[in-house]
Amino acid sequence: MTAGAPAPSAPIRLRLWQRRRPLSRAVGLRHPLTLVGLTIAGAWIVIAIFAPWIAPYDPVTDTTLPALHAPSWHYLFGTDELGRDVLSRTLFGARTTIPLGLLLVGVSLLIGSTLGAIAGYFGGPIDGLVMRLTDLVFAFPAIILAMVTTAALGRGIQNAVIALIVVSWPSYARVVRGLVRQLSQSEYVLSARLLGASARRALVRDVLPNVAGPVLVLATLDLGNAILLLSGLSFLGLGPQPPKPEWGLSVAEGVNYFQYWWVGTFPGLAIFTVVLAFNFLGDSLRDRLDPQSSWSRGGDD
Amino acid sequence: MQPSARTSTFPRLAFRPGRSRERSSRPFLRFVLRRFGALILLALGITVVAFVLTSVVPGDPAAANLGQQAINDPAAVAAFNHHYGLDKPLPEQYGIYLWHLLHGDLGQSEQNHDAVTHDLSQAIPATAELALFSIFVAVIVGMSLGVLAAVRRNKATDHVLRVVSLGGVSMPTFWIALVALYVFFFRLNWLPGTGRLDAVVLPPPHHTGLYTLDALLSGQWGTFTNAFRHLVLPGCVLAAYNIGLLTRYTRSAVLEVISNDYVRAARAKGLPARIVVPRHVLRAALPGIVTVIGLAFANVMTGSVLVEYVFSWPGIGQYAFHSATTLDLPAIMGVSLFVAVVYVVVNFLVDVLYGVLDARLRVQ
Repeated sequence: MTAGAPAPSAPIRLRLWQRRRPLSRAVGLRHPLTLVGLTIAGAWIVIAIFAPWIAPYDPVTDTTLPALHAPSWHYLFGTDELGRDVLSRTLFGARTTIPLGLLLVGVSLLIGSTLGAIAGYFGGPIDGLVMRLTDLVFAFPAIILAMVTTAALGRGIQNAVIALIVVSWPSYARVVRGLVRQLSQSEYVLSARLLGASARRALVRDVLPNVAGPVLVLATLDLGNAILLLSGLSFLGLGPQPPKPEWGLSVAEGVNYFQYWWVGTFPGLAIFTVVLAFNFLGDSLRDRLDPQSSWSRGGDD
Repeated sequence: MQPSARTSTFPRLAFRPGRSRERSSRPFLRFVLRRFGALILLALGITVVAFVLTSVVPGDPAAANLGQQAINDPAAVAAFNHHYGLDKPLPEQYGIYLWHLLHGDLGQSEQNHDAVTHDLSQAIPATAELALFSIFVAVIVGMSLGVLAAVRRNKATDHVLRVVSLGGVSMPTFWIALVALYVFFFRLNWLPGTGRLDAVVLPPPHHTGLYTLDALLSGQWGTFTNAFRHLVLPGCVLAAYNIGLLTRYTRSAVLEVISNDYVRAARAKGLPARIVVPRHVLRAALPGIVTVIGLAFANVMTGSVLVEYVFSWPGIGQYAFHSATTLDLPAIMGVSLFVAVVYVVVNFLVDVLYGVLDARLRVQ
């Protein structure tokens, strides 16, 4: 496995490929986009954990500040119409959006990949059923279907998340199905089966590890989209209800007071930076796993 | 492709003489028909989803639809339930629902007691105008940036454009709408704020419902400028996400063809880049780009819900939002049905266009 002493008959290209790389390079840490993405995402996760200790005021109960005060040394991001500190509300907002986004993507990934793997492996009527179901979900623009689902279930955080899971699982199902179908016909899986490996073993040992990479890329990129949709729903008032400090909700308050730009701008900036960070990460991950569509194609590696 | 031993080695080069025009056009027709069949099935599926969602929602539709007096009148309730088949078992209800649908009856809005189809016909032109303008902007800007990035591959321009494109798909539409409104309307006052026209301007005579087009058709130059200026801000905000998307797709589609031998040959024989890029490269890359336009359309529908809310644009998005927040079910179902059907039709057209643009698909 290691590059210590390659077999004399091994072609030179093989040795190049197996050369041990520094860990930072293997993970892509030298890629500026990865670095920026990791820094921003890491910062937001730290903020989400330590918000009660960082925030200068309580996001909900401190309503005695001067209302609609412009950003100043006392209130870095200003105050909103109810006299609450926008900075504190923005910091606390991370505690709602980021965990919900992760939960949402995690559950969609689990449901979608399971259904996709079953469909891809067994084929036949199960495959047809699952794929028609994904077609159906894809036929609705995400926010409309999510709006309908929340309207049917009743508004609230929990229902918004359920609605978004309904919308997001199909992309995982499609990707996993395609990969499983393609890989289970590949020569190395067929030879493993020929050597006596059970279907289950082949699926778990030979197929799934190769599915994990693309699914991880999809999940990272999807996290950004999930957060955008989630804050879109709460912007429309279908997600968390006031007075919860939530970014989409805060931007919606900013629409009513749009002359006081700081009310909506800072929470929106928070959404933007979080989504951008995950998109940076997902995009550079995609580069590493899929050199074909790489942005730095023909580049350094 | 026939995987015979001889042709499979060089499938692209296999020369098959004697293939007449008529024979090669029929597979394309079959392709179109197959896609059309799928379209019909999908449309049926959409109605099932809409119907199931309506019937799982708790609540008494008669109580919500009829006024306060009518609800105390058992005859009126029975008549309502009978008209919409609510006194029948579910499968039969679905049949009745489909029947009403075929006759263009989407039910009554629970809010204003108008027919949903009437409300939709009011809202559709506003959204159509916004969506068309926005997609136009996104296609022009996104494709230009994508070609630029591909031509300057791995140079500074390319890296900057990568960040720009990722930034475009990371911006919350509703937030950018708010910022744009603040900067260009409230601070700079370069462009008008909300609505489709200034309050003092009368809408042009109704031909298509698109104000800019109607104003042009009736020669009202002032109204046209006004309507157009109202269109710019929401249209560009709506285009931001798609610009990011199209830049990326155009770049990779162009990169896929730009290293082909025929491109190098065209350059080698002395044709300048300004001729090779549009004629040789872009033409071959176009089918790959066109497929994204279906996706771009879905993004515009999603974005329009948010943008129309901020800009008080009286379109489908705002109608959908109002019906969702007031839990006006017939209206929500009407909107989602309409949007889904339009979306499916757009994707069908994109598939056909792909076939038209990509000659290989027609032959195989």
